[in-house]
Amino acid sequence: MPKPLITLLAAVLLAFGVSHFSDRFDPYYLDVLTGVGINVILAVSLNLVNGYTGQFSLGHAGFMSVGAYLSAAVTLLLGPRLLGEGGGTAVTQGMLFLGALVLGGMGAAAAGLAVGIPSLRLKGDYLALVTLGFGEIIRVVFQNVEALGGALGLNGIPNYTTVFWVYSFAALTVFTVVCLVRSTYGRGFLATHDDEIASEAVGLDTTRYKIVAFVVGAFFAGVAGGLYGHFKLTITPTGFDFTKSIEIVVMVILGGMGNTPGVILAAILLTVLPEVLRAVDEYRMVLYSLLLIVLMLVRPRGLFNFDYMAIASRLRSRLLGARN
Amino acid sequence: MTEFLQQLLNGLSLGAIYALIALGYTMVYGVLRFINFAHSDVFMVGAFIGYYVGEHLPSGTVLGGLVVLAAAMAGCAVLGILIERLVYRPLRGGPTLNVLITAIGMSLFLEYTGQLVFGATPRAFPSIFPSKVISVHGLIISMNQVIVILVATVLMVALELTVYRTRIGTAMRAVALNPKAAQLVGINIDVVISFTFGLGSMLAAAGGVLYALNYPSIDPLMGVVPGLKAFVAAVLGGVGNIPGAALGALILGMVETFVDGSRWSTYKDAIAFAILIGILLFRPAGLLGRLAAEKV
Repeated sequence: MPKPLITLLAAVLLAFGVSHFSDRFDPYYLDVLTGVGINVILAVSLNLVNGYTGQFSLGHAGFMSVGAYLSAAVTLLLGPRLLGEGGGTAVTQGMLFLGALVLGGMGAAAAGLAVGIPSLRLKGDYLALVTLGFGEIIRVVFQNVEALGGALGLNGIPNYTTVFWVYSFAALTVFTVVCLVRSTYGRGFLATHDDEIASEAVGLDTTRYKIVAFVVGAFFAGVAGGLYGHFKLTITPTGFDFTKSIEIVVMVILGGMGNTPGVILAAILLTVLPEVLRAVDEYRMVLYSLLLIVLMLVRPRGLFNFDYMAIASRLRSRLLGARN
Repeated sequence: MTEFLQQLLNGLSLGAIYALIALGYTMVYGVLRFINFAHSDVFMVGAFIGYYVGEHLPSGTVLGGLVVLAAAMAGCAVLGILIERLVYRPLRGGPTLNVLITAIGMSLFLEYTGQLVFGATPRAFPSIFPSKVISVHGLIISMNQVIVILVATVLMVALELTVYRTRIGTAMRAVALNPKAAQLVGINIDVVISFTFGLGSMLAAAGGVLYALNYPSIDPLMGVVPGLKAFVAAVLGGVGNIPGAALGALILGMVETFVDGSRWSTYKDAIAFAILIGILLFRPAGLLGRLAAEKV
């Protein structure tokens, strides 16, 4: 079996193990752990678009909201009918939740396609603005649909999100993004990022690459939205506004664009840090914005942008060398 | 008919405010080719300067109102020049994405610092100009609307004269056309760019005070939505094109006011973005702009 696949299976098994013994952990730590996992999914999926493909999207929270609403609607409306009076067993609940998450992801991917086809012909500033605009349009639409709770949002979503689900999907996200980018096909993402005109000149369909990156990114954002909804148990349109998108963007930039291990580290750091710094919570966004400016001036390629492969191989050779 | 005229008037005054903000976006884009996301927050700071100065002046006099306007414009010109000098200049010539991220960072910095300094709760803006309402054949004209349209017109004419009739305006146009060639003929680019930022921020500050007059509740996030819409207006008219920005802003103000008066009013905030997407799809250069081919 190929190595990435083994890693993926191991991660899922580990998540299952941790989830199985979740009663023994402090619920607070479990909450933080869940939050970290959801942010890892969001940041790694956005990294495919912003980092590897070099298309600056500011609408990730919009796709997240599509997934959150769709999957919550499935478990709220279809759930009672499919599971019957007793609420179903853990397995049927799990199947329903999986279905809802995948459906949410597909809905977000469809939204990504609808947004991507017109806007990905644009570049840089314009693309950022259009994705931002789409995010806002999605929000206004949700605010106006009475069936989805309007401005009040959806309440009473069943509590299905566990560490198992979050980390399985986080592992799947990392697996998909890493395998996609390393594949022969995926070299096109990096080429699009490096030089669009040169890529086109050698016959790459850059628009297609951008749309694929966008749709895959949106799918995982939708899944993350579904997990978020079944974790917080209530969702409102304003929970997925511009600020949320910025938060995810900061993770990607801090981690170093197009650097998955760095982005994972940044997602963990930026989720845990506010928990530690509760006392200075009002300064959090000021710090975020200052961080963005200072990073761009001093270390424009990200804080955690090291060559992880080189570090790993050096460590390995040192360990092996010691043994010999 | 009266209702139509009333909406037209409301749209005109909203469009005039959008125009003042849009001009700053368009001028900076013309010279530096990037979206100054912090511009909408300079607009907010302008409104707050107006608030603090206005509190210490006798309210309801034309002279007092003009002093408030001048103070806000001067303060924001300094702020705009400072932002460019400290944050954007070190990045000049760097990758577009880095400049964009820095601009977003600057915008967030102003907003959240504003929340710390001014407080997050909205405040009531003092009525600095005399408030009177004139009724002509059922058409209600408020003094504020007249002031907004008058001040905006005067400022736009002044801008037009500055850009086309002065030495520094000529230099600005030269830098917008070709920065390297402008430098070769002896134009000091740094001075021109500082001047552009100062001028744009002044207009944004005037827009902020006028906006606060019409919607007298100000808070540190007040700039976000009008700022985005003004940018849409700039794109609609053709970004980098000064008359285009004014035209786009007027169109946007009208459309929004009419949507607000219809039964689709809850979708008002989405209209601007729908226009933006439409214009970028069908006429990416904007109404008055010209598309330039990318050179390798």
